[in-house]
Amino acid sequence: MSTDMTAPLLSVRGVKTYYGNIIALKGVDIDVNQGEIVTMIGANGAGKSTLMMTIFGKPQAREGTITYDGRDITKMPTHEIAHLGIAQSPEGRRVFPRMSVFENLQMGASVNNLAYFSEDLEKVCAIFPRLKERLQQRAGTLSGGEQQMLAIARALMSRPRLLLLDEPSLGLAPIVVRQIFDVIREVNKKEGMTVFLVEQNAYHALKLADRAYVMVNGLITMSGTGKQLLADPQVKAAYLEGGHH
Amino acid sequence: MSEMRATPVVNWTAIFKDALIAALIAVGLFALLIGLKTDQTLNNQMVLVPRPGLFGTIVALVFFGRLFLGYLNAVRSSEVKKKKPSSALMIKVEKYGLPVLIGFLVVYPLVVLGTVGPQGALKWIDNFGVQILIYIMLGWGLNIVVGLAGLLDLGYVAFYAVGAYSYALFATSEPIKEFMAQLIGEGFWQAWAFWICLPVAGILAAFWGVLLGFPVLRLRGDYLAIVTLAFGEIIRLVLINWVEFSNGYAGISSIPRPSFFGVPFNATENGFAAKFGIEFSPIHRTIFLFYVILALALLTAAVSMRLRRLPVGRAWEALREDEIACRSLGINTVNTKLTAFAIGAMFGGFAGAFFAARQGFISPESFVFLESAQILAIVVLGGMGSLVGVVIASVLLVGGVEILRELDFLKMYFGDNFDPAQYRMLIFGICMVLMMLWKPRGLISTREPSVFLKEKKAVSSDLVKEGHG
Repeated sequence: MSTDMTAPLLSVRGVKTYYGNIIALKGVDIDVNQGEIVTMIGANGAGKSTLMMTIFGKPQAREGTITYDGRDITKMPTHEIAHLGIAQSPEGRRVFPRMSVFENLQMGASVNNLAYFSEDLEKVCAIFPRLKERLQQRAGTLSGGEQQMLAIARALMSRPRLLLLDEPSLGLAPIVVRQIFDVIREVNKKEGMTVFLVEQNAYHALKLADRAYVMVNGLITMSGTGKQLLADPQVKAAYLEGGHH
Repeated sequence: MSEMRATPVVNWTAIFKDALIAALIAVGLFALLIGLKTDQTLNNQMVLVPRPGLFGTIVALVFFGRLFLGYLNAVRSSEVKKKKPSSALMIKVEKYGLPVLIGFLVVYPLVVLGTVGPQGALKWIDNFGVQILIYIMLGWGLNIVVGLAGLLDLGYVAFYAVGAYSYALFATSEPIKEFMAQLIGEGFWQAWAFWICLPVAGILAAFWGVLLGFPVLRLRGDYLAIVTLAFGEIIRLVLINWVEFSNGYAGISSIPRPSFFGVPFNATENGFAAKFGIEFSPIHRTIFLFYVILALALLTAAVSMRLRRLPVGRAWEALREDEIACRSLGINTVNTKLTAFAIGAMFGGFAGAFFAARQGFISPESFVFLESAQILAIVVLGGMGSLVGVVIASVLLVGGVEILRELDFLKMYFGDNFDPAQYRMLIFGICMVLMMLWKPRGLISTREPSVFLKEKKAVSSDLVKEGHG
């Protein structure tokens, strides 16, 4: 447990990640404070998802440190990181298609040995009424939006302190994207959940975020509050062209 | 929409043409394979014997079969398609199948004994009962690895071999026998070897399962299959070449047969028959073996059904669906995979020990790749993860081959040299092709959720996308 209340919940310092000999992250610094929604935007291949996965220990950072709640988690195996109270909704949703929605949620709660399962199930069903209707259905038969909801719900089942979301808007219709982002805001406001979000849908993500980072080619090039970046001409030109939904 | 349904339009010329082409292909394929047969004369000369009758029959079968199929397709395609409620039926099979089956199996030897008498019953209980049950058990064991955890294992027979050789080597070992004779008494080891070695064989097989598990932790799919295949071959080759250890090709003989918990099955005064006051008959041992393998198989089924409801079982299934998601949910994928390998291997080891005890003789030839392939075929045919499916597939594949031996009447038609059992691989292949055409996900492809809120409900997996990777 952290004693210093001002210290960020998650802090990434000078992290370099390689795929073989190819460098993907060239020294990234990021802070996520308790209760914040922090967004990272960037183009394809900028290294956003790599950062997300590096925080989760797969691949591991070759240099730099990742500190969570005062503990160095840089070299920790993935499943142990999950036990510290970080939950991830991975890119591409990755629900278990042949298991029911209920079983998917159970898998999410397995970190806590299902101790709070029924309580949390109700909570998650209140947040996602659509899932409640479909508890017995196979996850593979859900629509894309419902699968994304399930992926987030599954992550919430582990009672995390930090929620990592990797491109929750991927491949979803604009109206569904809006629903998903509303839910993220709701979870943050009501539960005080700290959220770190990686997105390509820059407009929505920046509107949602307390603070945001821009990543280009494995480096953080800009940071500021969501509003600041939204108004920034460079960000506008690079990420907000072509209108928004 | 429209109820108007004209009489089926059957394009006979097209169907006829299609059948003709199929027949021509059959001519090309079978002209040399079946049309001609090599034979030796008395002077050791090779002569070709034409078999026009058999050849003609097969070509004609292909022609008319194709004609019939074409007609069927034409009729069907002109009909309005209706969705069959096949999924509901299959769930019923899954739900009531097991209790009915167990009941049937428990009374099976007695019924057979009553109807055909001791002489005829031996064949039915041993060839059909015990043989099929061994494969059911192996299928259920492999089902844990392949069906639940999704780890494609082509070398499962290695664990079967480990189990069989563990029992064979321990039971025939002179030092252990002498040691036991000094410790407890003469004849103890001979009588109790099976019951002591059975768990040992399982533990050793599980140990080898973990040993295989470590190097393949990072592998998936095709690569995993290749390494497990190699593992199976390595075990077999070691057994062949390490003669001092396993006696090589010659194998191990006079392995003690299992006793009725210490009471041997023989004609002596202390034998089973004398103790229970019945007339001695070799069938007693066979019936006993039947119940032993039945109990072992049911243990496998019970354990795998129970495990599916436990966190480790759910983790296996999640692992099969998506490994990356598993990891991000805090599941230790290393342990999960290793337990799947170990528990699957353990049941293979039990089955192996039983096999050695039943045969009384084992050699590396019983543990060839074809065995692995057959066990895997049983799991795949039955529908991955389905216990009842494995039973149906074992009965079809193993029992089917045995049935072929019974079809003596075909000799009247095809000549005295016709041995239907020789065609088992052909029939095996045809079965596989037909299966993959009609039920590509196996006979019972519905996965029943291991947990449910109010009532059971399942969606046929035909409607669901395959998991990635």
